[in-house]
Amino acid sequence: MAVTSGKRTSVETQRVIGRGQSYGALDDVINDPVLAGPFKTPRWWWIGFAIAATFLAMYLVSIVWLVVKGTGVWGNNVPVGWGMPIINFVWWIGIGHAGTLISAALLLFRQPWRTSINRFAEAMTIFAVVCAAIYPILHLGRPWVFYWLVPYPNTFGLFPQFRSPLDWDLFAIFTYGSVSVLFWFIGLIPDLATLRDRSRSKFQRILYSTLCLGWNGSAKAWQRYQRAYLLIAALSFPLVLSVHSTIAMDFAVAQLPGWNNTVMPPYFVAGAVFAGFAMVLILAVPLRKAFGMERLITLRHLDNSAKLMLATGLIVVYGYIIEGFMAWYSGVEFERYMIFNRILGADHWWAFWLLIACNGVAIQPLWFRRVRQNPLALFIISVIVSVGMWLERFVIVSVTLTKDFLPSSWADYRSTFWDWSLYLGSFGLFATLFFLFIRLLPSIASTEIKGLAHHDRHYGSDAFEDIRLDFHGRNRKGAGP
Amino acid sequence: MTIATAGTSLYGLVAEYNEPEEILEAANRSRKAGYKAIDAYTPFPIEGLDEALGMEPTRLGWVVLIAGIIAGLGGFFMQWFANVEFYPLNIGGRPLNSWPNFIVITFECTVLISAFTAGLFMMGRNGLPRAYHPIFNTPNFESATRDRFFLCIEARDERFDLGATRSFLESTRPNAISEVEH
Repeated sequence: MAVTSGKRTSVETQRVIGRGQSYGALDDVINDPVLAGPFKTPRWWWIGFAIAATFLAMYLVSIVWLVVKGTGVWGNNVPVGWGMPIINFVWWIGIGHAGTLISAALLLFRQPWRTSINRFAEAMTIFAVVCAAIYPILHLGRPWVFYWLVPYPNTFGLFPQFRSPLDWDLFAIFTYGSVSVLFWFIGLIPDLATLRDRSRSKFQRILYSTLCLGWNGSAKAWQRYQRAYLLIAALSFPLVLSVHSTIAMDFAVAQLPGWNNTVMPPYFVAGAVFAGFAMVLILAVPLRKAFGMERLITLRHLDNSAKLMLATGLIVVYGYIIEGFMAWYSGVEFERYMIFNRILGADHWWAFWLLIACNGVAIQPLWFRRVRQNPLALFIISVIVSVGMWLERFVIVSVTLTKDFLPSSWADYRSTFWDWSLYLGSFGLFATLFFLFIRLLPSIASTEIKGLAHHDRHYGSDAFEDIRLDFHGRNRKGAGP
Repeated sequence: MTIATAGTSLYGLVAEYNEPEEILEAANRSRKAGYKAIDAYTPFPIEGLDEALGMEPTRLGWVVLIAGIIAGLGGFFMQWFANVEFYPLNIGGRPLNSWPNFIVITFECTVLISAFTAGLFMMGRNGLPRAYHPIFNTPNFESATRDRFFLCIEARDERFDLGATRSFLESTRPNAISEVEH
């Protein structure tokens, strides 16, 4: 509370949207950074973009090397056939989930605070899905024939194996990726029309006129638009739950101790949302500062995202406990040894305890409002959570595989340089796309935010707002008028 | 595009307002005055504006429902066909039509097709992509995506009369009224 009650001049606010912003002013705050000429691009953007592009180059080199030499450049080997490519795949796709949850689930639950963060969270989803989807394709070994997974009339006279979760994955990820792009684009159409009408150069005029498809904002158009948007949101919500459940079934359907577990689908979904909200905060904290959008992405948004991160984090911790309990309760020797090896095994005990520290302990400060409203603290916790979620997948995917049934087939997993260059490179792909996005498209849905401002002016933007202010009134008493 | 000739080239009369409430009231009054070919152009969707203009609810939901059912049945059929009819494989004596295994792909097909039906139906019925629309000839129409609200009574309306309609619109106290041509 120190920030808001101490200095009255502060731009920070507890509300979903800062008070008294006119439609035109909202437009300007959101669209000015997009419409500024190329020479007015801020320096931080160029620096960030250059770093991102460098990593992207490393990514491309790693892919070329992989295709030239084959999957032997990775550390994957018997018995650990699923190494870093699958860990990274699960990690990236999990990150995407928060974007869909914000844009679809919070829309259906009529949460007004979704409005300022949904657009960039959706972009985050799409870019994360791109980063994720490339991994299993590369992992096929012969990525150029990945389309064999798709059912199509072919000269082999074969269909793919529809009973395999690996083929479910293809359908789930393809559907998720394309529906996310559709949802994002439909949401962008009115904003692109706004940019068309504000454009300052011929390039912008042509770009945004083309992309907005000639949107004119008529009442009939809005009526269909809103219905379509709502329906796609309603379809996306179960979709996002299905995607990570399907990925969890890649593991759960196998008979391996540590994978064959009914808790996997819900536990994976919670982990995905957890990691996703961490990434939302990692992106939101610098973004709001860089573009001066503190009155649109307010402390309230950070607070709520942190609460969701805490809640899903606790579900994940519950998942860890249940994994251990089920291993003991099953009475199966191999299951019990799997958990023993995870927690106390000589090779990888550190990974397990580090992930407990990252995912279980590091989120506990989020119980405190002061922490939830401190952008820097949130940023740091979110980075820790991202590391923790990577470690979780490492433990589930690879550590499990090192020691299965027969001690004679046990072997350790060692990642290689190319494993890491591909992983770090994928950050380059993600960041390059994200930097291009914040430069060329509005990172906040300007149309929706105007609707929210209108609603806020007449009815307030939150039914609980008055109650909240009363409840925290003790903090505000000393603050003066 | 038709060649502009005097008298026939008028698209409609367009009134500009500052606030959503003003256009909502103007829309209600236009409907009550018996105008049918009316439309409003706003920077963000305004609750109740479609009803105020006398618009029927969209059929989009029904179209999506039908598309989703067909896609779900089609997705299941594809897997049933592949495993039971086209290339039956006996694996451990398990049933060929092992339907629980087909649910995920059936679900994904349903979502994929119904979401794209919703999106494409919306675009198609709204006439997108569209290179030209006469409403863009309205002076200051750039503000329709910023902070102004436009109501158009189209010339094709039976009750449209340049003088009478203009004075009717004036009674709703707009910022400006303009005659917009095709």
